[in-house]
Amino acid sequence: MPNNPLALIGRSVLSIFGIAGRLTLFTLESSSHCFRPPFYPKLILHQMVKIGFHSLPVVGLTAIFTGMVLVLQTYTGFSDFAAESSIPIIVVRSLTRELGPVLAALMVAGRVGAATAAEIGTMRVTEQIDALTTLSTNPYKYLIAPRLIAGFISLPLLVAVAEIIGVMGGYLVSTYKLGFNPTVYIQNIFDALETLDIVSGLVKAAVFGFLIVLMGCYHGYNSRGGAQGVGAATTNAVVSGAALILVFNYIITEAFFSK
Amino acid sequence: MSNDRPKIEVRGLRKSFGSKIVLDGADLHVAEGESLVVIGGSGTGKSVLIKTIIGLLEADGGSVKIDGEEVTTMRSRDRDRVLRKIGMLFQGSALFDSLPVWENVAFGLIQGRATDRREAKDIALAKLASVGLGADVAGLYPAELSGGMQKRVALARAIAANPEIIFFDEPTTGLDPIMADIINELVVQCRTELGATTISITHDMVSTRKIADRIAMIHGGRIIWEGPVAAIDESGNAYVEQFINGRAEGPIKMAVRES
Repeated sequence: MPNNPLALIGRSVLSIFGIAGRLTLFTLESSSHCFRPPFYPKLILHQMVKIGFHSLPVVGLTAIFTGMVLVLQTYTGFSDFAAESSIPIIVVRSLTRELGPVLAALMVAGRVGAATAAEIGTMRVTEQIDALTTLSTNPYKYLIAPRLIAGFISLPLLVAVAEIIGVMGGYLVSTYKLGFNPTVYIQNIFDALETLDIVSGLVKAAVFGFLIVLMGCYHGYNSRGGAQGVGAATTNAVVSGAALILVFNYIITEAFFSK
Repeated sequence: MSNDRPKIEVRGLRKSFGSKIVLDGADLHVAEGESLVVIGGSGTGKSVLIKTIIGLLEADGGSVKIDGEEVTTMRSRDRDRVLRKIGMLFQGSALFDSLPVWENVAFGLIQGRATDRREAKDIALAKLASVGLGADVAGLYPAELSGGMQKRVALARAIAANPEIIFFDEPTTGLDPIMADIINELVVQCRTELGATTISITHDMVSTRKIADRIAMIHGGRIIWEGPVAAIDESGNAYVEQFINGRAEGPIKMAVRES
């Protein structure tokens, strides 16, 4: 009975549990291979360059303009209350805690999540993944684990650079356009910045890096049916990656800052 | 090794995808050093049959024994050991397009068996020479080769580790008649030189007559006829006769649409 509403609900619930189960198994299987030899240091390095280094331009661009806009917007609000001296604090805190990791991760989700899904998806539909298995090479170990490790390591590095660029963007607008005293501005930043701000931001970045690559690999690995399947996998990888970034951003913030 | 025990023994193999039953109790046995060709129409489960035997697909039921060892219920470490005896030529060649030709051929040696790179390259060049490709091809990437050359490289890769068992998935599909004959010759040559046991699947009768010792016909998920290559023309089986003579009329009804 295709039109039975109860059957429809039942099918949807089952398929949700099915997806959750498959994703959990995939995550466990591929994570476990990150800790078991053989390791592929060359592949990890290669992926770090692709994920981290090649994302620098787009992430740097995002960061510098975010920092600049942030200063302009806070200035229009804060100058009404003569609270301009709080601007450096606001800028550096929001960049390190939130905007740096989240915006950088969203940009990387678009670049790397899509590329990973397309590459692994194409390998799946052209039987290259089956070929790996017949050549005594575990595809989880050879294809997925190096990417996961690279994502986990390179996103914090990328985000650290992005935060510095973002703060610098704010500094430029504050001092050249709004007439802040450069020395005082920098002093304010260092006074306001706490270890927790930086650590929480970098922990977020590492988790986001893992999630982006995981989604790319999962959807690519399970893609079916030629070019169309790979296209769908790419879209799903980006959308689910971005959604998970936002959800986990809340969870990690809650873990670090809720009292 | 005793010769009365079959190298590969398949009993009651079952596999379905959702509600679609692809293998419905397939039985096969292949003696050591023998070349079995499985024939059958498109969509009759030929590819699924060999992928399930290798373990690329998980069987729903039945038994697969290689050298007397049950492989369907094996733990992954034991399965790795069995996979080392196996080489496979994929229908679409399935070469790794990120690696040059020689690394493709040497892949199973370097990654799967930890052979020294230089030694592996020498073996790769020798294997390429045995399929009629010179050293000048070794540095090219798969995308730079024609379909027939890709097939040769894939063949060199499948035999690089001197496997005891080789699977050929439609070795001549998509090639012109001359290149198809060259590949057939190479398949026969590989088998005689290595003394390997081979299972091929194809719907190309010219190829079948050239490479087979014994022929099995699959239809409706079961092996419906089996016999030496000389007996194929007097099979007395209406299905086999329709297939080898390529007639539209007969007991086999081609499914035009996927059910």
